[in-house]
Amino acid sequence: MADIIKKATRDAYGEALAELGKVNSDFVVLDADLAKATKTGIFKAAFPERFFDCGIAESNMMGIAAGIASTGLTVFASTFAMFAAGRAFEQVRNSIGYPHLNVKIGATHAGVSAGEDGASHQCNEDIALMRTIPGMTIINPADAVEAKKAVFAAAKIDGPVYMRFGRMAVPTIFDDSYNFEIGKGNLLKEGSDCTVIATGLLVNEALIAAEELKNEGISVDVINIATIKPLDVDLVVSSAKKTGCVVTAEEHNIIGGLGGAVCEALSENYPVPVIRIGMNDVFGKSGDGAKLLHEFGLDAENIKAQVKKAISLK
Amino acid sequence: MDQALKKDLKVFATKLRIGAVEAVYSASSGHPGGSISIAELLSYLYNVEMRVDPKNPKDENRDRFVLSKGHAAPGVYSALALKGFFPYDDLKTLRKSDSYLQGHPSMTYVPGIDMSTGSLGQGISAAVGMALSAKYQKKDFRVYTILGDGEIEEGQVWEAAMFAGNKKLDNLVAIVDYNNLQIDGTLDDVNSPYPIKEKFEAFGWNAVEIDGHDFDQIEKAFNEAKACKGKPTCIVAKTVKGKGVSYMENECGWHGAAPNKEQFEIAMNELNAALKELEA
Repeated sequence: MADIIKKATRDAYGEALAELGKVNSDFVVLDADLAKATKTGIFKAAFPERFFDCGIAESNMMGIAAGIASTGLTVFASTFAMFAAGRAFEQVRNSIGYPHLNVKIGATHAGVSAGEDGASHQCNEDIALMRTIPGMTIINPADAVEAKKAVFAAAKIDGPVYMRFGRMAVPTIFDDSYNFEIGKGNLLKEGSDCTVIATGLLVNEALIAAEELKNEGISVDVINIATIKPLDVDLVVSSAKKTGCVVTAEEHNIIGGLGGAVCEALSENYPVPVIRIGMNDVFGKSGDGAKLLHEFGLDAENIKAQVKKAISLK
Repeated sequence: MDQALKKDLKVFATKLRIGAVEAVYSASSGHPGGSISIAELLSYLYNVEMRVDPKNPKDENRDRFVLSKGHAAPGVYSALALKGFFPYDDLKTLRKSDSYLQGHPSMTYVPGIDMSTGSLGQGISAAVGMALSAKYQKKDFRVYTILGDGEIEEGQVWEAAMFAGNKKLDNLVAIVDYNNLQIDGTLDDVNSPYPIKEKFEAFGWNAVEIDGHDFDQIEKAFNEAKACKGKPTCIVAKTVKGKGVSYMENECGWHGAAPNKEQFEIAMNELNAALKELEA
């Protein structure tokens, strides 16, 4: 295991912005006094004249982003997920979403793995909130490679994008040859007994679970869903047709996130038993991020257990 | 101000009021009081102050206008129609499901609208973003936004004011429609934002208080704003809500209510009489 590279997706975000800045002069970056934590500070160091700190005023930052975008520039606006999707929800909805402006929201410290800061800062609701905004694209990358590719892809598409990044270093799954495409999921492992659909840092846990389940004679499809909206419905449905049951896994409330999106897609297209792994409609708490993930069942162990349960429901 | 220009601006303001009241009447809903309180301000902005072209409404070097108090859409739509951004007769389709004239301004659907607004407090932030972008891109367009005096109870307004002052956005002018009425009563009955001028000054703005119906004072204020370097300008424009329609004036009930047929006819008689007098 010593050769596994670990890196936080927020680090990849900051580095990607700085790299993108070299080849694309049509965007600026905003932050709300968290540039060191969101890693937009990396961009700021490279392009100080293209970086604007809006101070501790996230609602205003989203409005400023909308105003700048209306004049033809693309804007990356960053803060913690709690404040980007939570505090500034209505500004994102009305000033950015409704006029479909080119604002790319880089939301970091998402989920319970934000850790020691506790429940006030652990946003487990952002995917649900952002999913309800028409025209909003939502990307929740699984590792640093996917995070970087997501930033480059987000800059290319028209309209608002919500990118969800984590605080904690996570194992790198993909290599640079990985072809990231917005709206496309990836079938990472193939099996026949159950489909595991994961997003963000749960993708690596799903891969571990799949390996261990194989030893018990259970084979599963493992699907990485980075783009939660628009969801790759074709991939989800085709896998469900093959395996007959689904487990979803995400670092988010089980209500309204990936699990919700998958249930909506399957219930309308090909209903099969679905078990959702996520925060079970509870708030998090302070603690080490990695330990909290285990405590709340956001790990390979629980995925294995829920796969067996899902199979029993077939 | 040149007398001929002043007369033209007054005529435009009166026609603007007619168009706004007709639109609200046709829609059977909307916000007439705060739409016609800003008629003189809009008349000056669209005829003198702003560099905008109805034939090229998306010109990237145009001055920008953001109606932060988005509920005054009938007033701005009327100004835009009179300037030829879209057909005047379309005003009568306001708020109808087959019309592009949304109840609150939409930059997606309405020619001449630079930012979608309606949720109070948000427009000024977008205006600040536009002004910042002009500075960043080294463009000389200016940005104008009109806020309601009740609207400035929203905290986001002061986040935006703080940022604009700090960034010395002297290409930005915020106009506060100071009519002292909001839905639930007078401003100080509800939640006083007073003193307005001093508050903006404390946030690093140049601020002036004027009679928002007096074109000489309006002209002077906008010229001073242009001359003021290193600070955004706030024009606190004292107005009468419902100005120009006798029974609407200073009545907070006319914030968000449409006239019935009889009331509409009274309004049209009064406004058309005023227009005839101006054009005589």
